[in-house]
Amino acid sequence: MTDGPRDPLSVPYRERERSVTMERLDAEPVSGTAAVTEGDLDLHEELFTINIGPHHPATHGVLRLLTTLEGEVVRDVKPIIGYVHTGIEKSCEDQQYWKVITFVERMDYLAYYSNAHVFCMAVEKLLEIDVPPRAEYLRVIHSELGRIASHLFGLATGALDMGAITMLWWGCRDRDLVLDLFEMSSGQRMHTRYFQVGGVFEDIPPGWEAKVREFLEIMPKRLDQYLALLDRNEIWLRRLKHTGIVSQERLLDLGVTGPLLRASGHPWDLRTAMPYSSYADFDFNVPIGSVGDNYDRFRVRIEEMRESLKIVEQALDGLPEGPYITDDRKVALPPRHELATSMEALIHHFKLVTEGFRVPPGETYVAIESPRGELGCFVLADGSAKPARVHIRDPSFANLQALPDMARDSLIADFIACVAMLDPILGGVDR
Amino acid sequence: MEVTRTPVNGDQKRDLRVRQLRAQQMLRDETAGKDLEDYVQERLLFTTLETAQNWARKNCLFPLGFGLACCAIEMITVIGSPRNDLARFGAEAIRFTPRQADLLILSGRVSIKMAPIIRRLYDQMLEPKWVIAMGACSSTAGMFSNYAVVQGADKFLPIDIYVPGCPPRPEALIYGIMKLQDKIMGTPDMGWRERYNAYGTEEKPETAIAAEGELA
Amino acid sequence: MPDATGLELIAQAVRAGVGDEAVIGTSYYREQATLEVPPARVHDVIALLREAEEPWDRLMSVHGCDYLPEEPRLGIHYELLSMERADRLRVKTRIGVEDPHVPTVVDLFAGADFHEREVFDMFGVYFDGHPDMRRLLMPEDYEGYPQRRDFPLGGEPVMFTFNEHKFPRWYD
Repeated sequence: MTDGPRDPLSVPYRERERSVTMERLDAEPVSGTAAVTEGDLDLHEELFTINIGPHHPATHGVLRLLTTLEGEVVRDVKPIIGYVHTGIEKSCEDQQYWKVITFVERMDYLAYYSNAHVFCMAVEKLLEIDVPPRAEYLRVIHSELGRIASHLFGLATGALDMGAITMLWWGCRDRDLVLDLFEMSSGQRMHTRYFQVGGVFEDIPPGWEAKVREFLEIMPKRLDQYLALLDRNEIWLRRLKHTGIVSQERLLDLGVTGPLLRASGHPWDLRTAMPYSSYADFDFNVPIGSVGDNYDRFRVRIEEMRESLKIVEQALDGLPEGPYITDDRKVALPPRHELATSMEALIHHFKLVTEGFRVPPGETYVAIESPRGELGCFVLADGSAKPARVHIRDPSFANLQALPDMARDSLIADFIACVAMLDPILGGVDR
Repeated sequence: MEVTRTPVNGDQKRDLRVRQLRAQQMLRDETAGKDLEDYVQERLLFTTLETAQNWARKNCLFPLGFGLACCAIEMITVIGSPRNDLARFGAEAIRFTPRQADLLILSGRVSIKMAPIIRRLYDQMLEPKWVIAMGACSSTAGMFSNYAVVQGADKFLPIDIYVPGCPPRPEALIYGIMKLQDKIMGTPDMGWRERYNAYGTEEKPETAIAAEGELA
Repeated sequence: MPDATGLELIAQAVRAGVGDEAVIGTSYYREQATLEVPPARVHDVIALLREAEEPWDRLMSVHGCDYLPEEPRLGIHYELLSMERADRLRVKTRIGVEDPHVPTVVDLFAGADFHEREVFDMFGVYFDGHPDMRRLLMPEDYEGYPQRRDFPLGGEPVMFTFNEHKFPRWYD
């Protein structure tokens, strides 16, 4: 294949779908009868390609899966993506850095705090500014609450795909509790624009900590309720156990990270392995699975939620006093009361709002652990107030490449369970 | 001290007796004149067929289960969360096949690759059908003014209700559905357009044109 | 992250293993190490780094960027990660738009599949040897490579009252 055609668009469309084959399978002769000649094979033994199309109840967004079936068994699947490609990375090149935060938040739209966090970390690295410890802790609290919300929603819709509809009601109900906390701290339920370059947008309001502690009281019992509902349900266990197993080496080769990799037994978690943003101050476990099947992925997510609750509690207990955003007035807006007295504050405010801060030329790649895996952000700065390139390495983009391996030789129902437990977010995949 | 007791709900025994007597009269076909008219008016609801049909349609909308991006999360919250519950409005039966659905909630950004597919889905839906553009991205492409997003789904679909927000709160989506219900009933709430007499050139209802004609 | 001296040692090992022309330069900026290689040697360099005694055996991302005023214009970055040492290394290659062909690393890392297709889709860089080089995110028959800096952003201009008469409406 080293000399493929120069222009791939000149190849006829059907030839490109290399997994589609219309060959007949060799049929075993039915015992007791004479050997079957080729002309006697039944039509149902051909491989059948079907489109599990972009509009489908179980595809977690607009994912198109070209599935090659033999009867009810999936022989190959090709994910086709791009149906929600929004050109976010190109739009980001036209915006000031702090406006890019709102664009980038909408990529992986369930884990919006993670997207904003990684971009802010990349820009802070380029600017070489420090984030005050209170802001780091607030970022950690919000990221972990975001992780809980994301896992809840992933489990809710995953269970909906498998038929356990009660989990949808419960998951959405508890996710509403988390979104109430976000609304209290930043005013918005989703896409809160709370993380800014240099810290967070504003300090938490007075009653917030008490509300978070209330939530921390309720949540572990809710998690036990979910397990009581699902974990002893014969249908759930039979559908998830021993389905969708991919070996750890294959997952590592594909660049898969996150709960999928941890379910197969590899303890790679960027929060513990390469700690960022004061995660080293907290004491938590990283749940890993043993077999690597869908059941392990489900359990890993539930246990990760428990660990996130621990982290939030430790962060609240240790929340330091101090500023919530960096003091560098060239990057962060000055507080409003200074504008009345200080000329420099006024000028900084003006420059920041109209032009934005400038970043010295350079490039950097920063990665954090989002609820789906390693979320990386590459920023190329050219000295002006707008980035020259923002690229987000989305975990679902890499994780989706594991889907053909998970689905091969499994029944369609198990394949749907694989998609549900893979938890792809197509906004991140397509950007 | 004198105590007079008067029953709160009227004299039930006496009313019951009156009703019984009237019912006996009805059965023997002896009611006539004003009594008969009163009887009928108490028990029948007069309406046009169209109003009844619209009332039935608005109270059991079948949304198509169609979510594109972040607004889909809020849409699922509206449908699935016990707090904001779409079942109150009769719309909880999500149909995943367009042949059986009548409400398409476009929740999320419409990319150019997805637009023909949405058009196909819309064409497969049977009349009467309505479209709610949920969120800023499907109404007007929101903040994504670039090559990859269709600048507003109304470029290729007729849209009935636009719900702004990024993403709109679940309460906002429910308000949009309630407005759609008004629209289905035939009494659309034109809101500020009525208050400020601000109709576009192609949207003026006959009454406003007639009023202008009188003024001119 | 290997520090500056560690980066130089890696560069020396790569030169020794693949050839002197295999490393164009090294750069250590904001504590991140970048190795710049010419496009034709990308596959060999990454294969060497993968098999070294301190191997960089996970590929996290392949992404491109467009350094427009500078030539060669397009850059492709390979983010390598070593889980045992919790270390990252970036391998960078620059290529112009006239003949953008780079050897693929799909045979070394199966996860580079989607990433390379996306770079092809967005920048037009053709990866020789990739089994399925097609557009990934844009429609199959789209013309143009959107992420290049000279590709227009697109979209519609915002209509205000002072310029609304200049734009054709849908009913015109």
